[in-house]
Formats: sequence, C-alpha cells, structure tokens
Amino acid sequence: MLVLRDLSLTEGGVPHLAAVSVEAEPGRMTTLLGRTGAGKTTLLRAVAGLVQPQSGQISLAGNDWSRLPPWRRPVAMVTQQFINYPHLSVLDNVAFPLIRRGEPREAAREAAAAMLGRVGLAQMTGRRPAALSGGQQQRVAIARALVKRAPVLLLDEPFVNLDYKLREGLREELAELLRSQSDTVVLYATTDPREALQMGDCTVLMAEGRVLQAGPPRAVFGAPATLEAARVVNDPPINLLAAEITQSGLVLDHLGPQSPGATGRALPPGRYTLGLRAEDIRSGGPLPARVALTEVSGSETVTHLMAGAQPLVMLERAVTDHRLGSELGLMLDLGKALVFGADGALILKGASHG
Amino acid sequence: MRTLYLALKYLAVTLWSGFVIFPFLWMLTTSFKTANGVTGGATWLPWLQYQPSLGGWQSLFGGAGGVNIVRPYLNSLVVTLSGSAIALILGTLAAYGLSRFSFRAGPIRNGDITFFFISQRIMPPIVLAIPFFLMLRWLGLLDSLPGLILIYVALLMPIAVWVMVDFFNTIPRGLDEMAWMDGCPPVTTFLRVILPNVMPGLVVAGMFCLIFGWNDFFFAFTLTFTKTQLLPVSIVALNSSVTPWWALSAAAIVSVAPLAVLAFVVERFLSRGGLAGAVR
Repeated sequence: MLVLRDLSLTEGGVPHLAAVSVEAEPGRMTTLLGRTGAGKTTLLRAVAGLVQPQSGQISLAGNDWSRLPPWRRPVAMVTQQFINYPHLSVLDNVAFPLIRRGEPREAAREAAAAMLGRVGLAQMTGRRPAALSGGQQQRVAIARALVKRAPVLLLDEPFVNLDYKLREGLREELAELLRSQSDTVVLYATTDPREALQMGDCTVLMAEGRVLQAGPPRAVFGAPATLEAARVVNDPPINLLAAEITQSGLVLDHLGPQSPGATGRALPPGRYTLGLRAEDIRSGGPLPARVALTEVSGSETVTHLMAGAQPLVMLERAVTDHRLGSELGLMLDLGKALVFGADGALILKGASHG
Repeated sequence: MRTLYLALKYLAVTLWSGFVIFPFLWMLTTSFKTANGVTGGATWLPWLQYQPSLGGWQSLFGGAGGVNIVRPYLNSLVVTLSGSAIALILGTLAAYGLSRFSFRAGPIRNGDITFFFISQRIMPPIVLAIPFFLMLRWLGLLDSLPGLILIYVALLMPIAVWVMVDFFNTIPRGLDEMAWMDGCPPVTTFLRVILPNVMPGLVVAGMFCLIFGWNDFFFAFTLTFTKTQLLPVSIVALNSSVTPWWALSAAAIVSVAPLAVLAFVVERFLSRGGLAGAVR
C-alpha cells in the first residue's frame, strides 16, 4: 500500500499541500479529484520526487521513500503534455526505461514492441514521436509508463489535451491495460467528476492543497461531506440555495416559501444551505425563470437561468433549444436536496443520493 | 508562366553564385600571378593572358620574400580547436545550469548572469587586451599556446553560453523529469536525453566558436611576440613595402579553406533538417 502521511508544501506563502494524507491500495485506481490548483499535480510530483514536501512521509509497503531522488523511486508517470524523447524512435522511447534499468537491449526492445502492440501502435515503432498525432504520442507515453511495471503509476490528467472521442476511447483502453497490472498502485488526477466516477475505485476530493474527503466514488458523490466537497464533485455545478426552516415551513431566500417536504420536516428551525443538483431541476413547473445561457454537450443540455435574484443551473438529458432570454417554468425537486448546516457540513442527504 | 518563373529563379541563383564565387576566383588567379600579372589589369586565363607562377605559394613555405606559415597554421589549428572545444564544453554546461536552475545573488538573477557572459563580447577587445596581457604575464603564459588557448576559451565561451541557453530553453523541463523517472540521474539525463536534443545548437555554437577563434587577429597579435605565432599574424608578416598580392591571395585561400570545409559540413547537416523541428 502507498501511504502518504501529512505531506505539506508551501511556496512563497502559498500552501500547495496542507497536511495531505492518502492511502492507496495496489490493484485499485485512486482518483484525485479537484479543480485546477487543488494540489493534485503537486501531490503526484511529490510522490515521484519531483518536488520535496517540507514535512510528511511517503512510503510504499512500509518502505520510506521520502528522501529518495526521483531516479531511485519505482514510479511511472504520464503527464498532460505528451512528453516523449524526441530524438528516439517510438520503439526506443518505450524501451528506454528498461534499458536504463539494465535489461538487455534486445529483451527491452521486444517488451517495448509487445507493449506498443497493446496500445495499437505496432505499425509505428520506427517513427519519431513528432511524426505521430497527439493521441498516438500520448499512447507512446502510456506504453512507456506501463512497460516499466512500476509499483506506482501516476496519471496526471493524461487525456485532458485530447479531443472528446479520443479521450473516451483511451480511457477505456487504459482501464483495460491496468487490469493486467493488479499489483500496481494507480493515482489518477482529474478535474472531471464523471471521469473520477467512471474510472476510480476510490475518490479523493482535493481543494487548495487539502483533502476534503476520501472514499468509494458513489459514497463521495452521493454524500459530499461539506459544501466545498459538493462544489468539487458536481459538474454541472450544484445549485446552492440559502434557506430558512421555520415553524411554518421552508423558505428559500430568493425564491420564497416552498413545500417543506421530507427535508423541511426532518430538520429543526434554523438557517441552512440546500444543495440541489442540476439534474434535480426540471422544466414544466410553476417557478418562473429566465434563460441566461444554454450549453449543448453531446446528448445533454445545461441551461443557466435566473429565477429572480437566484442563479440556477438545470441539466436535461436531451438536446433542447431554450432561447436566450425566454421564460421557463421550473420544478425544483427539493426532496433530493443535500442539506448543509451553517458550518458547511452535510447534515441531511437527499432522497435518492447514494 | 512556370518556365519564366524557373528562368528567373535560375538567373537569380546564377547571379548569387557568381557573387559568392567571384572573390575566390579572383584570389585563386591572383595567387598564381607575378608582380607583372597583378599590375597588368584584370586577367583570367593562365598562359593566354598571364604567365602562371608558383611564387606566391612558395613564399608561404619560406620561399623568397615570404614566411613559413606551416607552424603558425598548425598553431592556429591547435588554439582554435582546443579553445572552441573547451569553450563549447564549459559553455554548454553553464548554459544548461542557467536554463534549468534558478540562481540568486542579491539582485542578480539568471538573465543577468547570461547577460554578463554576453557582455564580454560587447566590450571592445582593447578593453580586454591589457588585463589579458597582465594575467598571462603573471601566469607565465605569454607568447605560448596554453596561454592563447586560455584566452580563446574566455573569448569563445560567451558565444557558446549565449547560443546554448536559448536551445536548452526550448527543451521542456518535463523531459528532464521524465528521464529522472525512467531511472536516469542528472548527469545521465544531460548526456543521454538533453544533449542529443540540442545537437543543432552545439553545431551552431561550435561553428561560431571556430569562426571567431580562427579569424581572430587582435589577441593573437597582442599576446604573442616571436615564439608562438598564429596564422593571421603570420599572414600580415607577409606584407612588405610592395604589397605581395600573389602571396596574400595564396595565404587567404589556405586560411579560408578550413572554414569552407566547415561550411560544407554544416550545410549538409542543415539541409538534412537537423536544425529545424528537432524539438517539438
């Protein structure tokens, strides 16, 4: 097991890692989910030894790595950029780490050729990386990382610079390839909650260099522990509605009294924040709202609306054409809302989440 | 239209070739002339227009009225090649350091250090001549090959640093890091991964060093007396009250020959696309 304990790194007064602790098991993919600047890349670089945390410990199977230089750490890494050795052929690129490790050149090249076959580049072995497309270059980088069979594999948003279709395809291929490396600890950094949900066996939510929450993806998605965690795990962004529960019922700050439902009845009077996912808002209801922006992505439509002074985001599993500025009647499914207390902690999970 | 374009293109190339070749042709014909041949107006055809003579060439090898340039030629080769090689090695290492590490000394940063190197070439040579003279005298290396090599290293290294810093900066730092994670310590990373990707830069920097080193007259003249002479100084020694154009032309040809060979070698390298797109 890879254990990261209390890793802290501050540069120029900015905390990049703040007492980060993560445990990752072999044979399981641990996804680090967070926005840009959350500390995911810094954490991976700390594991690889490319940055040195000011405190904390990194150990694999009980062996402390914290002071080892990068060339002594048994890690492989794939980064966002397609980093390959420009002066070497595709085959020699993949064989390079094996040769550096002292394996006979011919054996290394055979292993590299086999790995290139697995990533679909068997016909490209003689080419230079610059002669390949972006997706092919990234496959070379992935092949080089996998052929080492390093105990720790670090994937830093490996598909973020690729187009949508290619990303989907490579994601599936990678999952397939990793199935054969069951003794490998995989850390996968991503900003995409869907990717974390789809690929990970364990999700670690990060923000501003801190770990917000860790656990099985469905549990993390279903019950984000804090408002901040709810913001990180939801894409499209979760709707946050300031609310007050009184003796007479539930009142949303900008939208007025609402039917209390199970949520309102279960909680004592006080101030709360309701987290309502974009898919829990539907059109065809009584709440008037004006369309501010419509984004069609694949077979889904994300509509940004203003209901009075309250901004809302609605997700529909269909391609719809809401014209800019037009009026829509909305239905808020408040029974599914996550309820956060005044301190931002989750105190009630909606009806169908988790 | 296409034929006209081709014709114009060939005409332009022919004119340019003539422009480049003409001085060499002039030197070559002059080197086989005598005093009479030189003063009798422009002549081109040996035996028909002038009587060819080997006098100019013989004067380069200790013939009548000449000097023997063999020793100075070898001295120039030794000083230029050694100085360039050492400057290239030290300059490349310095440039890699300046490209990859952040240096701070008070208000001084990497850019200032790079400029410091370049500033050595901005100063007029005369500013350096006296300190160099005094330093070599103190070291007991005046009028010696090691002394000249030392000075040439100091003069050529800024060129190497200046060229190589830019080349190293084009190589993403991620490449160094990837090599580390593939098991290469820093020195191996530099030799096996980074250096092969800056070969075009090394060629350019080496070319500049060789050209500047080979052509230098000023320091070769001010830091030597009689014992150690370099080619440019010995060529000047050919001059007398009557300018021996035939001997000077022969000397110019032998002096430009190594650089012409270098130009051909580098041109072949350039035409292979070595300099373009080596790094993504």
